[in-house]
Amino acid sequence: MADFQIKEEPKQYDAVIVGSGAGGGMAAYVLANAGLKVCLLEAGAMFDPATDSAQLKNPWDSPRRGASTKFRPFGDFDGCYWGWEIDGEPYTQAEGTSWDWWRARMLGGRTNHWGRISLRFGPKDFKHRSIDGLGEDWPIGYEDVKPYYDKVDRLIGVFGTNEGLENEPDGVFLPPPLPRLHELKIKKAANGIGIPVIPSRLSILTKKINDERGQCFYCAQCGRSCKVYADFTSGSCLVKPAVETGNVDVVPNAMAREVVTNSEGLATGVSYVNKDDMLDYQVNGRVVILAASACESARLLLNSVSRRHPNGLANSSDVVGKYLHDSTGASVSGVLPELMGRKRYNEDGVGGMHVYTPWWLDNKKLDFPRGYHIEYWGGMQQPAYGFGWGVENLNGKLQVNGKTKEAGGYGKSLKEDYRFMYGASVGMAGRGEAIAFESNYCEIDPNVVDKYGIPVLRFNVKYSDYEINQAKHMNQTFKEILHEMGAIITSGGDAGPHNNWGLQNPGKIIHEAGTVRMGNDPKKSALNKWSQAHDCKNLFCVDGGQFVSQGDKNITWTIMALSMRASEYIVDQMKKQNI
Amino acid sequence: MDRRESLKAIVLSTVSSALLLEGCDSSTTEQEVAQVLETPESSPADGRMPEEIARLEEVTSRKFFTDEEVATITVLSDIIIPADEVSGSASEAGVPDFIEFIVKDKPEFQTPMRSGLKWLDIQSLNQYEKPFRDLNEGQRLEIVDAIAYPERAAPEMKKGVAFFSLMRNLTATGFFTSEMGVEDIGYLGNRPNQWKGVPEEVLRQHNLAYTEKELRECVTFDRNV
Repeated sequence: MADFQIKEEPKQYDAVIVGSGAGGGMAAYVLANAGLKVCLLEAGAMFDPATDSAQLKNPWDSPRRGASTKFRPFGDFDGCYWGWEIDGEPYTQAEGTSWDWWRARMLGGRTNHWGRISLRFGPKDFKHRSIDGLGEDWPIGYEDVKPYYDKVDRLIGVFGTNEGLENEPDGVFLPPPLPRLHELKIKKAANGIGIPVIPSRLSILTKKINDERGQCFYCAQCGRSCKVYADFTSGSCLVKPAVETGNVDVVPNAMAREVVTNSEGLATGVSYVNKDDMLDYQVNGRVVILAASACESARLLLNSVSRRHPNGLANSSDVVGKYLHDSTGASVSGVLPELMGRKRYNEDGVGGMHVYTPWWLDNKKLDFPRGYHIEYWGGMQQPAYGFGWGVENLNGKLQVNGKTKEAGGYGKSLKEDYRFMYGASVGMAGRGEAIAFESNYCEIDPNVVDKYGIPVLRFNVKYSDYEINQAKHMNQTFKEILHEMGAIITSGGDAGPHNNWGLQNPGKIIHEAGTVRMGNDPKKSALNKWSQAHDCKNLFCVDGGQFVSQGDKNITWTIMALSMRASEYIVDQMKKQNI
Repeated sequence: MDRRESLKAIVLSTVSSALLLEGCDSSTTEQEVAQVLETPESSPADGRMPEEIARLEEVTSRKFFTDEEVATITVLSDIIIPADEVSGSASEAGVPDFIEFIVKDKPEFQTPMRSGLKWLDIQSLNQYEKPFRDLNEGQRLEIVDAIAYPERAAPEMKKGVAFFSLMRNLTATGFFTSEMGVEDIGYLGNRPNQWKGVPEEVLRQHNLAYTEKELRECVTFDRNV
């Protein structure tokens, strides 16, 4: 320990950004294009889909045939490094509670793992307390964010259709792909029982939008990351052009330890551990922008304790870490006898669903306060690990080419069963809004540090009856749609009170938000409406942490719109010499 | 490798692939686009993290099954998926190697597989005084018939049924994710193409049609020509 010292980077930056995902990538893009000098710290490795993606590999190119590992929980070809557990970086959970925490460690962060579902929040999503008395209203409304959604649509590209729905705002859309066969069947069945099905809204380029990015060639593998940048990841669409301005230095493998403040309580920079040499460094800037993920940003703030900020930075309100919430999730799937023995053709399409269902009911008439949207899947997908699994639970229930079979079996007859059933699967999942409760939080675990010596988070999150009742409604709705289609349900059919109606553990849907929330009252919020800390004017948080609530929408598009808004505000305030 | 150079190559290929997709007739488009898309070279580690490479080396450096166990797995996998008029057998598609790999990669399979193989040999020894792999075909199938149908298997065969179900699942997954199996199942994707919607004859077969709204709003390429 005799030689311990922090190496301080001599270069003085205008902005130090922690995290290169949706929020950090957008901040780097806006600030760099405004001519500011930016240092972008990323806790993981560099990654360029052009050379590092597993796109267009065949299942046999993986010795595990695409099965998951702890390095890639969504399969060996998935584009995201790490996930639910990271070697040497534990987190803990209070007894009787659960939170599954997804952490990406790579350039582009968590945008390397998502379905490219790009939904705007609607007017109600910003003001839900005014509707049902739960949670808190945002200090801003749809009209404040709309111009930024429009700019994000144009900058990144998203397909969809303008449907004129009140809480699913229209956007600047590229044309969507035509529905696949099972999606047409879903649409017919759902419409028959009053459930709308409309084209999905995904950030995938069905048309070329500039010379830096290609156009979708329909391999269905956005999850692996696109080698021609025809889908969105922060690394390829924001960080790369930001670096090309010459104004951004990216520091990979930099694990932030704390935000450094001066005697006046202002942020001066960020200290981090270089994972390659395990030494501590410090980089200084006029503003510090946190975009490390809702929970990592909260962790950084809580670990940044100083004389001026004894309760952690930006935490005089004591809200940092609180109001943690994820989207709810539950699913049901099955097989469709009508699709068995089907004609083969290439139905890959884009990476993800071509249609979805936005929330369509009035919660005043239901026993849960917030809505959900429905995502769909199925059809003739690329075979991968798990193919054919559990056939013994299925082939006994079918007429295979007109013959009733016995469950299980082997030989030529069984081989025929697999062919007959291929492409007949169909499934659906709800993604709903959970209430952001003060009692759901993460905090610093006083007893555990990670391998860099940084204190880790302890989670304390429980679902309420609101979320459980919502999951019950999902389950019953999905079974109804599948029943209308004539499907045999193979999973989720036995959900009930014993398993909270299939409600997944909080954290599992990977939409963490709420831990550094914004608000007008400094006693009840960490940030003001510009994503700026009430307690420290040159500190910002532009990831999901700033969210007051998250609607029944995937949060990435709103993270980018808010980050763009905050970044333009930073440029403006710097010009005016306010920060 | 110079990262900037490789990025430049991608941008160029992007432009040309877009041109190709728009400019060529459909018979040549897919092939030419594929060639253009192959231009970017993969990074030396092929996008794998050092931890992943170390894990793969560790897993492949050791052997789990004995030669006798591999022989039994081979016999069983070919009983489950034999050659037929469409494609070859499980062992011809490399299924035993896949099973050897996956039980090392997913250690939770090791005990069920090893104890299941042992159970099978004990049954064989009790009935025929030989291990399973040395039985003749009729004898093998007699034992398999007793464990291959979960709904009619005798209660005392429960352990064998569980083992055979696992063996069937591993065999099917290994086979249909092999090159032979993917061709057999008829998966036609994983290549650059244009999605023009469900073929008309398939729509007719299912009494479905695209709405005018869909055809107006969606990408259709030359579907309507």
